[in-house]
Amino acid sequence: MLMNRTPKIVIENLSLRYSDGTESLNGISLTIYAHEIMALFGPAGGGKSTLLRVLNRLNDLVEVKKMTGRVLLDGQDIYAPDVNVIELRRRMGIVFAQPLPLPLSIRANIEYGPRLAGIRDSSQLSHIVESSLRAAAMWDEVKDRLDESGFAISGGQQQRLCLARVLALEPEVILMDEPMSGLDPLSTAKIEDSMQQLKQQYTIVIVPHSIQQAARIADHAAFFLQGKLIEEGPGKQLFTNPHDKRTEDYVTGRFG
Amino acid sequence: MSSASLKTRRTSFVEFFAERAIRASGFVAIAFVVLIFLFLLLEGLPAITEVSISNLLSTRWYPTESHFGLLPLILGSVLVTLGAAIIAVPTGVLAAIFVAEVAPRWLREILKPMIEVVAGIPSVVLGFIGMIALSPLVRVAFNAPTGLTAFTGALILAYMALPTIISVAEDALDAVPRSYRDAALALGATRWQTIWMVTVKAARSGILTAIMLGIGRAIGETMAVMMVTGNAARMPLSLDSLFMPARTMTATIAAEMGEVAQGSTHFHVLFMIGIVLFVITFIVNFVASIAIFRQTRRSARLLS
Repeated sequence: MLMNRTPKIVIENLSLRYSDGTESLNGISLTIYAHEIMALFGPAGGGKSTLLRVLNRLNDLVEVKKMTGRVLLDGQDIYAPDVNVIELRRRMGIVFAQPLPLPLSIRANIEYGPRLAGIRDSSQLSHIVESSLRAAAMWDEVKDRLDESGFAISGGQQQRLCLARVLALEPEVILMDEPMSGLDPLSTAKIEDSMQQLKQQYTIVIVPHSIQQAARIADHAAFFLQGKLIEEGPGKQLFTNPHDKRTEDYVTGRFG
Repeated sequence: MSSASLKTRRTSFVEFFAERAIRASGFVAIAFVVLIFLFLLLEGLPAITEVSISNLLSTRWYPTESHFGLLPLILGSVLVTLGAAIIAVPTGVLAAIFVAEVAPRWLREILKPMIEVVAGIPSVVLGFIGMIALSPLVRVAFNAPTGLTAFTGALILAYMALPTIISVAEDALDAVPRSYRDAALALGATRWQTIWMVTVKAARSGILTAIMLGIGRAIGETMAVMMVTGNAARMPLSLDSLFMPARTMTATIAAEMGEVAQGSTHFHVLFMIGIVLFVITFIVNFVASIAIFRQTRRSARLLS
């Protein structure tokens, strides 16, 4: 397993400062390997969400004062001037902390991305709808009500709908920003289960909402504190036997 | 103990009067509407007995010779208002999208107050500008015998409706949560696709309200219209009537009411026009509120 790990995302010496001087990143270097679940964890304000938004360039819309360093996806600099941002976002899907269905039907929510990508054929679209809902472990729950509003289903289902919507784009990387923070334990378990399936096909970068969750799902983990990457390593080692004192304090619950 | 009970009694006393006062002002508002309508009916309905229905529905408005055909006036109003709506609705909605979604922040800060200022220009001033500056342009551009045409009126009305449409629609667009935009962008939508398919869709009922408010302002407008439309009561039957003078219901009432003998047939017919105007406005508002209600119910189903 460890022999043939291929780097998917390479972050080199990344620093970022927002115009209002809030959350920032400070000299982050991190490699994320294909077909693994990378968990970014640490106390609030550590820069985890910022890092996710840097990865699919949603930060382009926010006022960033200064950004240095490089981010490579399959060896390609995603901030190079000739990069197609739309294409990049299709390759790096994101699931937000709050379930955010678009004000459309369940079906239309999932078809939205593929339609934007130019898929018009209705049998192909309905195939995509079914397979992505299956992958998000909710096909059986909603197959008879696909034309209902995306808001008519429970919060847990909405969040899985958002996951399905990302899967419909067939991305290579799935970014998850505390995707289970508002969910009940059952929905959380369902999503965590499907993540183990999904990593066969995708690379997953997740900001978990708790250390327990990070420990459950992470193949690899990185601990962030105030914009700095303190320590990274295989999940098992980092959560049971961290090298850094600050990581140990956080993992054992001494602060956080 | 005793002070506590005193306090309670005092609150309920205030409560009692506040409630009555609010209820009374509510009823006063309704009473005014009913009274206005009754007054219109009282002064306008005698026209039906004094003038034959066929005369009222004829195509000639020439009160001094007892020709009281209302059709040219009704159609004149419809022509000018529709013309204004066709110009103002797309322009206004697109301008709102520009201000809310596209313009950089500094430009937005300048545009918003400017639009509010435009909304406050008195209609006489706009009519004056229309007469002096706009109508010669229209005359030259369309090679028409006069610049005081239905089209000129539509332009001026569109200009009056625009600030309302822009500022209300802009508020609606601004209220769409940022997260919708993030979600659409993250799914690979371009900026335009996000604006068009997500932001505008989510703000639909607000934009519809903006349009109705704008058109509502256009229907009832009198002064500017009277100054720039030329006021010839003729049937607008072909497309080029748009570039001929026209006469609206509101302008007719305003122009003739001062010169008519109170209690005469002409006087009653003018009130009849008022009734027609009232009914048309009522129907437009009613249809609009049904449309908006349906819209909000649909989006409530989608959003709740």
